[in-house]
Parts: sequence; structure tokens; C-alpha cells
Amino acid sequence: MDNLLRFRDDEPHEEPAVTLDAFLEQSDATAVRLEAGEDARLLIPHFGRLALVEVSFPRFRDGRGYSSARILREAGYTGELRAEGDVLVDQLLFMRRCGFDSFAPAQPLDLDVVKASLERYPNVYQTAADRSVPVWNLRHG
Amino acid sequence: MYKYDRFDQEIVDARVDEFRDQTRRRIAGELSEDQFKPLRLKNGLYLQLHAYMLRVAVPYGMMSGRQLRMLGHIARTYSRDYGHFTTRQNMQFHWIKLEQAPDILAELATVEMHAIQTSGESIRNISSDHFAGAAADEIADPRPWAELIRQWTTFHPEFSYFPRKFKIALTASDNDRVAALSHDIALKLVPGPDGEIGFCVHVGGGMGRTPFIAKLVRPYLPPQHLLSYIAAIMRVWNRYGRRDNIHKARIKILVHDLGAEEFTRQVEEEWQLMLPTEPPFPQAELDRIAVQFAPPPFETGLADTIDPAAAADPAFARWLTHNVHAHRQPGYAIVTVSLKPPGGIPGDITADQLELLADLAERYAFDELRSTHAQNVVLPHVRKADLHALWQALDAAGLATANVDLVSDIIVCPGLDYCSLANARSIPVAQKIADRFADYDRQKDLGELKIKISGCINACGHHHVGHIGILGVDRKGTENYQLLLGGSGAEDAALAKITGPGFDEDGVVDAVERTIERYRQLRTEGERFLDTYRRVGFEPFKEAIYG
Ligand code: HEM
Ligand code: SF4
Repeated sequence: MDNLLRFRDDEPHEEPAVTLDAFLEQSDATAVRLEAGEDARLLIPHFGRLALVEVSFPRFRDGRGYSSARILREAGYTGELRAEGDVLVDQLLFMRRCGFDSFAPAQPLDLDVVKASLERYPNVYQTAADRSVPVWNLRHG
Repeated sequence: MYKYDRFDQEIVDARVDEFRDQTRRRIAGELSEDQFKPLRLKNGLYLQLHAYMLRVAVPYGMMSGRQLRMLGHIARTYSRDYGHFTTRQNMQFHWIKLEQAPDILAELATVEMHAIQTSGESIRNISSDHFAGAAADEIADPRPWAELIRQWTTFHPEFSYFPRKFKIALTASDNDRVAALSHDIALKLVPGPDGEIGFCVHVGGGMGRTPFIAKLVRPYLPPQHLLSYIAAIMRVWNRYGRRDNIHKARIKILVHDLGAEEFTRQVEEEWQLMLPTEPPFPQAELDRIAVQFAPPPFETGLADTIDPAAAADPAFARWLTHNVHAHRQPGYAIVTVSLKPPGGIPGDITADQLELLADLAERYAFDELRSTHAQNVVLPHVRKADLHALWQALDAAGLATANVDLVSDIIVCPGLDYCSLANARSIPVAQKIADRFADYDRQKDLGELKIKISGCINACGHHHVGHIGILGVDRKGTENYQLLLGGSGAEDAALAKITGPGFDEDGVVDAVERTIERYRQLRTEGERFLDTYRRVGFEPFKEAIYG
């Protein structure tokens, strides 16, 4: 947890994340860990009690977690969404755009490089889960 | 032609800055090669047999003279005086040095070009009809849609770490000139029930070791839903495509494993779920883009004929027959510049030739050029009255080979001469075949005949969809070639069938000749090779090849 990087104002969630199966069985769990192949939509009925979703990135090239994040945000999840595992600085911007607001990288990140990566692109072409306004909207007021 | 505005330019400039930083971190050892590889691949930088290769995006094949001149400059300054057009309309430079790659990208950015997503497991540069905006047979101009897709797929945050690469092709004509059905998504502009023009969507085509023709997923998609529907397709694949085996990771495998019907059901379901939050593109944006593809200021009232005195020159007349195509505007023609001269390397073009084509496009073709998936270059709008002068200028530069779609207009991958994955050389085979059929009258007599050659099972040379395909394999340490017949990469797409045991290099050239001789015996008046093959079947050819 030393490497935890958060982009939220609330206090970090204390309760450890449980597996998806355990979460669906235990009616009082509030934090869940989603493996890369697991279906994020199974969490939708439980947003009321959910404070933290930890999405695992076993290898940084495994992009399934990006879709998990989009699905959760599209369905209205507003709690903490954490990318965990092989999370590298060069993927951070896309993760932020997909709705991740906290990161637990296996290796510590250089915070200057993080800042530069997140601020490098002044514009984006798509609407995503972040607040960036796509150039299509900027062009047409 | 599309012009960048401030926003487009800022994004491409930021990309140069980012790649410079990534390259610096790699050279400083802060990034491992394993971590750097996907990053450089997303920027078209491959490590090859001899050095790095940089693939530059040519979105939907469109280029201006200024851009071509820059490509010539890059060939001269950073490579070895030549570039190579690929089967997806892009341009590649061999012999690139890693530390110079950021400078090349910076130079490209000054002419609104980049190498974004030209390789790696991302959404690749979109390809489209090289006759767009000039062909008489298109239902609408595909380019505004292609540009819209280019922008929306650039740095897509959800779809940049796919199981494998992802390629989209867009056509607007019943004559498929982009091998659309060999792509992951093939989009075709078609009229819908109420007359509005939307998209017919096929998914899951591809070459490689398990080739597939794309399957129909939606006969008609209303145009406003284009992006959300593509997103749904990509999300289904991103979530459920195989990641355990690189050879089974393409979307074609998912479509095949699920079946087209079940795949379609999943896409439609995902699409319904996404629709409420995936905003449609603003119509004003499509309109803004479309204006930039307005027809050039054609002259009206031009004579729609070619000077008979000039056409009496047999060499010019041949070129007119094979390299000049009907234009929708009276008095104009479309010209294909063949990059398949006898003894040459298909698709290669020198820095001098790039600069000459830039000049000629500016002088004769409203400053427009296109690259084609058959590795040639098109000047889309030439006054018929200028054809002779243009031909003379091309001829003087070795660019007037009259062979478009003939037996010597061969698609070929780099093969063992450049590629670390190759089993066999492919360029020399193409050269020997072209040499065997060098006689013009013989080529002309054979008519349309598309030969495609790959140096290994990855099929970069499209051998699966050649009328005649050749595949280089490794047989006990020696180069061996399999022959395939009956494929097509056009609207009548089909996969070619392997004839039988393979041949050595000269043997396969002989086998091609025997195949072609049998065709000449069997054909009816005016029948193409492919049609004869389809009519009489495989056996008569097999017998001719193996006796
Ligand atoms: C010389 C370096 C090259 C290497 C190492 C290389 C590597 C590969 C590999 C591994 C595949 C198989 C991908 C898959 O099945 O998913 C592939 C496919 C392909 N490559 Fe290349 N390639 C090279 C050059 C080229 C060139 C020069 C062209 C164009 C002339 C090209 C066009 C293609 C095409 C069209 C495919 C088929 C894509 C599909 O399956 O849809 N490649 N390449
Ligand atoms: S087909 Fe094989 S040999 Fe040819 S370029 Fe592709 S990977 Fe290399």
C-alpha cells in the first residue's frame, strides 16, 4: 500500500477487498477485488454498499480492466476505483480516463513522470469516464 | 483534403513529446525493453533483422505533395533513400535509429503526419478506397467518415490494450478496392430502408495463420450510431477475446468460436447497454470535416477525349489501357502510378521519386495523392488533356510501368530479406515471376491476375486472397514455397486453397507458369483467371501443376 496514489478527496477505505465470489456471498462486504476476466456487471445491483472496487492488472498489456472500469462508471458507480498490479506510468492517463481514481502499482512510480504524463495531452478526441471535454465539443461550442 | 486545426496539431505534437520522453527513459534504462516495446509499437517502431523500421500512418491513403516531399526528406535523411508502401496504405522506412525516431516524428508533425497506432495491439490506422471522391461508382464519399473514425480511435482510453491489433476498413462502392473483408471490421456505406446512407457491418476477417473472410453482423446501421456500435464490438472482444495465445487473440477467432450469430447477439446487447452513455458524434463535426473533402475546382466543358496523335504512341496507349481509370467528372481521369517496375521491389519508392510525384500532384492533380493496398500510388484527378505530359514525366523517372492488376502487379511482403519472422525470401520470387511474364503482350493476354506472396504464415503479403497465392515455408531448413489458387480480396472475397506439396524458388515460378498455361487452355472468351478457376474447379489445375 506504500505506493498508493489517490485522486480522491475522501479518506482511503480501510476494509480489505474480498474476491468477487466472497463479495456476492457476504452481504456486508464493502470492498471487492475484480480479477481481469471477471464480469464487472455483477456488481451493479450492489453499488449501495460498495465503497472500493480494486481491478487487477496481472500484466500491463492485459486491457480488460479498462472495460471493467468503463462499465462500472457507465452504470453509475461513484466509489473508489483502484487499479492494482502491473500499473505503469505510461498507462496511467488512459486509466484515469476510464474512471480509475486510485492506483496501487506493484512498483513505485516516479511522481514527476506521473504528473508529466497526466498533463501532457491538452486535448482528447473521445468522451470517456473523466471530465475531459472532447475536441468535437470544443470545436462546436 | 482534411487540414488539422489547432486541436489536432496539439495532440500530434504532444505525442512527439511523449515519445521523446519514452525513448529517453528507455535509453537511460528506466524502461525495460519489455515495457518499452508496446509503447514504441503503438508508434510504429518495429525492431527488425537489421535495424528499426518506422511505419508512418497515411490515414485512408490520402497525401498531399507537401507530405510526400517530407516522406522523401525522411527517406533521404534517416533511411537509405527509399521508403516502402504497405498493403494497408502506410509508408515504412527501414534502417531507422532509435535515438532519431523522435526527431522523425517531430518532422512528420510539421506536415500533419504521425505514426500513431500503426502497430501494436491497438486500433490501427483506418484504410479506405483509394479512388474516393473520384470514382464514378461510389454511393457517398467515405473520407469524412474515415476521418471521424481516425479521430475517435486516436488514443482511445478503453481500447489501447487489446488482445491483438485491430484494423478497420471503409468502402463506399460495390467494387471493393481495400480488401475490406480481410479486416477486423469492414464498413460499407449503403442506403438504408428510408434512403438515408448508413453502414453495413462485417466483423472478423483477417489473414495470418487462420484466415477468415469477415462475417455479416449488421446489414444496416443508421449513421448516427457508427461509433457506439464499433465501441460495442470492440468492448465484447476486449473482454472476451483470448489473451492466452497470441495466435488465437484476433477478433476473427472470437467470432469464429462464438459463431457469427452469438457474437452478433452479444454485440447488440452490449450496444444497448452502452447507448445511453456513449454520446453520438456532433453532426456539426461531421459537416465540418465533410467540407474539407469538397470536390476540387474541376473545370467544366473540357473535351472528354485523349489526343489521338499522342495515343498513337504504343507505350502511352498501354499505360492508358491499364493505369488510367474512369473519373466521375467529364474531362478527367484517375491515374495509378505502378510501383512494380520489372526487377524492382514492389512498393518501394525512392526519395527522388517521392519528390517527383509531389511535383506532379501539385501540377496535375489538385495536390492530391493516394496510396493503395496493392502498394501503388494514385493521382486521383488528372485532366485528360494532361495525361500525355504526365505520362512522359513519369516515364522519365521509371514510374510509368503499364501493369496495374496484371500478372506483374504483385503484392509481396518483405520476407527473409528484411523480416525476422520470415521462413523464406519473397521479393526474389516476385521478381522472377514478373520477369517470366515480362512480355507485355503475354501479360495483356492474361488480363486481370492477382498474385500475392508472403514469406511466412503471418500472411503480410495477402497470399490467402491471391488469385494465385504463394507462401514461403521452412522445409527442413531450406526455403520452400506452397502454391494457392482461387482467392480474392475484392467484393467477391474468397480464401485460396493450397494445391499440394511445395516447390523450391524456381519450381514455384514454373508451377505458376503451368497454372497460367492451363488457364489459357480452359478459359472462355474474356474470362478472368479467377472466373475460370471458379467455373472448372481445382482439379484441372492440380493436374497441370503436378502432372
Ligand atoms: C518486416 C516486418 C514485419 C513483421 C515482423 C510483420 C509481422 C506480422 C505478423 C506477426 C503478422 C500476423 C499478425 C496476426 O496474425 O495477428 C502480420 C500480419 C500482417 N502484416 Fe505484417 N509484418 C511485417 C511487415 C509487413 C509489411 C511490409 C506489410 C505490408 C506490405 C505487412 C502487412 C501485414 C498484413 C496486411 C497482415 C495481415 C493482417 C491480418 O491478419 O489482418 N506487414 N505481420
Ligand atoms: S509474412 Fe512473414 S515474412 Fe512476410 S513480412 Fe510478414 S512476418 Fe515477415
